Amino acid sequence: MSAAPSATLAAAPASARPTRSRSPVLPITIGAVLVIAAGFAVPAWLLTILLFALFRAMVVLGLIVLLRAGLVSFGQALYFAVGAYAVGFLSRAGVNDALVRVLAGALAAGALGLVLGFLLRRYRGIFFAMLSLAFSMILYGLLVKSESLGSTDGFAIHATTYAGYAPDRSSERFALLVLSSVVAWAGAIAVALYLRGTLGRLAEAVRDNEIRVEYLGASVAMAVHVKYVIAATLAGVGGALAAMVIGHVDPAMAYWTNSGEFVFVMILSGSGSVFAPFLGALVFELIHAVATHYSPGAWRIILGSALLAAIMFVPGGLWSLMPKARRS
Amino acid sequence: MTTAPILEVKRLEKRFGAVVAATGIDVEVRPRDRIGIIGTNGAGKTTFVNMVTGYLEPSGGDIRFEGRSVLGRPPREVTRLGICRSFQVPQVFGSRTVLENLVMALALAEATGLALLADPWTSDRAERARRTLAEYGIGDQADREAGLVSQGVRKLLDIAMAMAHRPKILLLDEPTSGVSQEEKLAIMATVMEALDREGVTVLFVEHDMDIVARYAGRVLAFMEGRIIADGPPQDALNHPKVLEVIVGEGSFSGARATQREPADA
Repeated sequence: MSAAPSATLAAAPASARPTRSRSPVLPITIGAVLVIAAGFAVPAWLLTILLFALFRAMVVLGLIVLLRAGLVSFGQALYFAVGAYAVGFLSRAGVNDALVRVLAGALAAGALGLVLGFLLRRYRGIFFAMLSLAFSMILYGLLVKSESLGSTDGFAIHATTYAGYAPDRSSERFALLVLSSVVAWAGAIAVALYLRGTLGRLAEAVRDNEIRVEYLGASVAMAVHVKYVIAATLAGVGGALAAMVIGHVDPAMAYWTNSGEFVFVMILSGSGSVFAPFLGALVFELIHAVATHYSPGAWRIILGSALLAAIMFVPGGLWSLMPKARRS
Repeated sequence: MTTAPILEVKRLEKRFGAVVAATGIDVEVRPRDRIGIIGTNGAGKTTFVNMVTGYLEPSGGDIRFEGRSVLGRPPREVTRLGICRSFQVPQVFGSRTVLENLVMALALAEATGLALLADPWTSDRAERARRTLAEYGIGDQADREAGLVSQGVRKLLDIAMAMAHRPKILLLDEPTSGVSQEEKLAIMATVMEALDREGVTVLFVEHDMDIVARYAGRVLAFMEGRIIADGPPQDALNHPKVLEVIVGEGSFSGARATQREPADA
């Protein structure tokens, strides 16, 4: 009989870590239904905040996929803008269907992410973060120089239709809320299922120890590339929704401060759950709206202070305050 | 009758600029061999292991596994072919539990294509992982974070994870380094017992000559990037140059006295 080596360090207490999680479909569905139901009750200004929170959360959902592998991108505005401009081009071509627009935004951003991913997957840390930002600034520069695309002014988007149905002005925002909720529902379920699979869990393995991942027969480069494409696609979806919600696209969508706001929301949210970006984005939009309303000249100071407070007092993000998150 | 070699290393060479880390290395490894690799620091032992497992690209020579060259293949491909390794510093996922480490290793070894999208945590896989951890003597550590358990436990977990692919050859880079003297023998006994059951061919880098004498059926002695002795422990460990440079006269209890029965005898 073999003798076991002793555990010489005081080890962590026996973990009750829920390695096998329950199906995410039901809670995400309940969340989406609640958001749609809220659309009936909330005032117009809050409806707009919900819409902004939903498209922003889609981008942050992708950032969380990257963050779990220890990667931060300061360039998601690149894919956000690509998704938005894809809708813009369709609008100019007279294609206004919601599903086509969302798919076009996802495909355009995902395809660009696939191409750039071959370069990005070779870098880590600050280089990964700043390379993404560099590409977003290149796109920003190109858009600003493109007079046919409205240069710094951008251009307007036609109203969205839904399989031939064109809602009137009074129900347009609610229709967009239903669309955004359904898209967010699908995105959150897809990401939740991905993260609980072997490929998804590989993210944490990559963050912990790339050498071991390679010596377990898996490709770290491929794992990073897949996550990068997922994050790009989700940012493209967010951009497509933003274009439809705002009704306008412009180069500022690709500007680095926009990328910074996505990272801001990611820090505010935490990465413990696919629900976190939605909570974080909603809180961000509320702070933003209240700050600009009551103190138009100092809203950036208020947002900055909020970020400082989040980092100092809630380093795990708002989601870590949830009782269930604390238990696990 | 002599069986065909499972691994053939021919005229292997590795240079880092003007530094020659390995040169003229010729080795044939046969199935179920137990080979101890010895040498002073910087002799080329880990360089040899790194080249065989795809971590370093040789500057010259060839490495053939089951008749085909593995040169130019990255570690993951070499792993999937059936050559796995453990590390001098155990490479585990420190933020996950010991059990989760092994479940992930098993999932990556078993799942391909779309199956990689499925949850790695199946009851069957978890049960097998628990059984394996028990075989390696660390079953009671299963639910502890791998980053917080002792070096000895991490070493055993590292080796158990390397075995997830059911390799034909396993290279152990200093499996007993960094653990207490009492733990050394326990670790080697546990590991060799587990590896004997699997019938895997083993090459292990080791500085403790008593352990080499006890567990190796053959010894490769490295010095300045070359193999200076290759043979049974009683011959290799008593080679004049090995005694002078690596072993040191009278510094270990002796190969003849402590040689362990071969695993497949």
